[in-house]
Amino acid sequence: MSLLFKGRSQGAERTSISATQRLMMFFVSHVRQALASLGELWRSPGASMMTIAVLGLSITLPSTLYILLKNTERVSAGWEQASEITLFLHRDTQPADIQQLVTRLSVWPEIDSLTHIDKNQAMQEFKEISGFGDALNYLDQNPLPDVILVTPTSKHTSPTAAGVLLDKLRNEREVEVGQLDIQWLERLHGLVAIAKELVTVVALLLFLAVVLIIGNTIRLNILNKRDEILVMKLVGATDAFIQRPFLYTGFWYGLLGGLMAWVTVALLLWWMEDSINQVAQLYQTQFNLSGLQGEALLIMLALSVCLGLAGSLLSVYKHIRAIEPK
Amino acid sequence: MIRFEQVSKTYPGGQQALRQVSFHITPGEMAFLTGHSGAGKSTLLKLISIMERPTVGKVLINGHDLNHIQRRQIPYIRRDIGMIFQSHQLLMDKSVFDNVALPLIIEGYSHKEIGKRVSTVLERVGLADKARSLPIALSGGEQQRVGIARAVVNKPPLLLADEPTGNLDPKLSMEIIKLFEDFNQAGVAVLIATHDLGLIARMRYRTLTLKKGQMITDGLTEDWPGDLDEPVI
Repeated sequence: MSLLFKGRSQGAERTSISATQRLMMFFVSHVRQALASLGELWRSPGASMMTIAVLGLSITLPSTLYILLKNTERVSAGWEQASEITLFLHRDTQPADIQQLVTRLSVWPEIDSLTHIDKNQAMQEFKEISGFGDALNYLDQNPLPDVILVTPTSKHTSPTAAGVLLDKLRNEREVEVGQLDIQWLERLHGLVAIAKELVTVVALLLFLAVVLIIGNTIRLNILNKRDEILVMKLVGATDAFIQRPFLYTGFWYGLLGGLMAWVTVALLLWWMEDSINQVAQLYQTQFNLSGLQGEALLIMLALSVCLGLAGSLLSVYKHIRAIEPK
Repeated sequence: MIRFEQVSKTYPGGQQALRQVSFHITPGEMAFLTGHSGAGKSTLLKLISIMERPTVGKVLINGHDLNHIQRRQIPYIRRDIGMIFQSHQLLMDKSVFDNVALPLIIEGYSHKEIGKRVSTVLERVGLADKARSLPIALSGGEQQRVGIARAVVNKPPLLLADEPTGNLDPKLSMEIIKLFEDFNQAGVAVLIATHDLGLIARMRYRTLTLKKGQMITDGLTEDWPGDLDEPVI
């Protein structure tokens, strides 16, 4: 409706089209503007590619780090399952007491299974494996203690939970020394945590850079089209109407930059696959590097589109308002 | 249609562009606004299209006080006012058709409707065969007619023209003014700012004369006082 003239209806209202048609028109005009923005990028391929490449590479770095981190976690998660607590018992503990301890421990909810290694059996094994053989016969008594291997349930395999369990086990009267064989894993977890923080910080900085780069590119676009924007304002275009193509440009930059990052990451992983497999072979394990797939890919694309939109919004909000016909 | 009530405009820096200007243009009227360069003609037009706001006083269009119009409403006001500029303000990289269609696209007309209206209006200004040309390929007079077509394509009740004949020879100027007369006869109120007094003198229209920001005459051309020392350019 016209603000000044009551009887005068404006624009599409006058041509008495239905609400659904108007809704259709709304979408059609959005699609048209989106395609027009894409066409604009296409018409200056050099400059567009450069911007997209900068964005793509900026997103590639955190994505690659994220993938390495995720794979490290996956691998170490496998090792964690094998974590065991070794309890060395006092040497003078009687077999009956040991039996009692085993029965007592087996009902603990934290413990999945227990294995008792008798000291004589251990001595026998040691003789066989070490090769000292007869030399050990000269010992007055068996220097080895009885050992109980404790496997925690899956809920208690994390370093902290297993640590708590270990402390509890150490309090048992018969236990002389308790050892958690995942202390090195704790250190790895510490390192991974630092790496995670590092990735987060690097990602945030690069994302900020992406927002600023897109913001600046859109700002230049706006300044280039200053005259056109002035004319549009003179003939009654709202800020929202003028902004839309620029927002779509930001959207396309984000999407194309994200796709570029995806391709780059895939290439990087393909490149690194051989050397990673070599390392895996050294550890005699089969290891498949998992790349950006499914959800992670969608999140990355959505993120880069959001960054593109954020950059263009920032720029559009500041600069389109500033251009007023005088 | 347009009413000025004791309007003054002082620009930042102290330059006084308008002093206590009052006048009223009725619906369907056609009037000229004249005076030296720097007399305040452009400022007066800018107050109507809200490119500037008055320092003191009220500007009303159809009874609505423009002081009460908020920033985000301004685009809707401009859709009711067809504006024509000396420098044409055309988009040089778009065809004549696209230039004229711009106000309709902004208002969300359908593709079909846009085609129909633009052809009609281009026919009316005599540029039906130039729809696909770029403005750069047109003469000054033709470019001005593109500007006029764009201003009237959404049938505004009010037309403002700032020096529409500025760069044109007398014959072309006359053609342009004839176009305005046509629209005026269709019921559109027209206000034309010009310093081309020769042009005005040949017609009998109400003429508002500004001098140093003040309204010094308001009346028909033939009632002009003889001692008016306006140069004829």
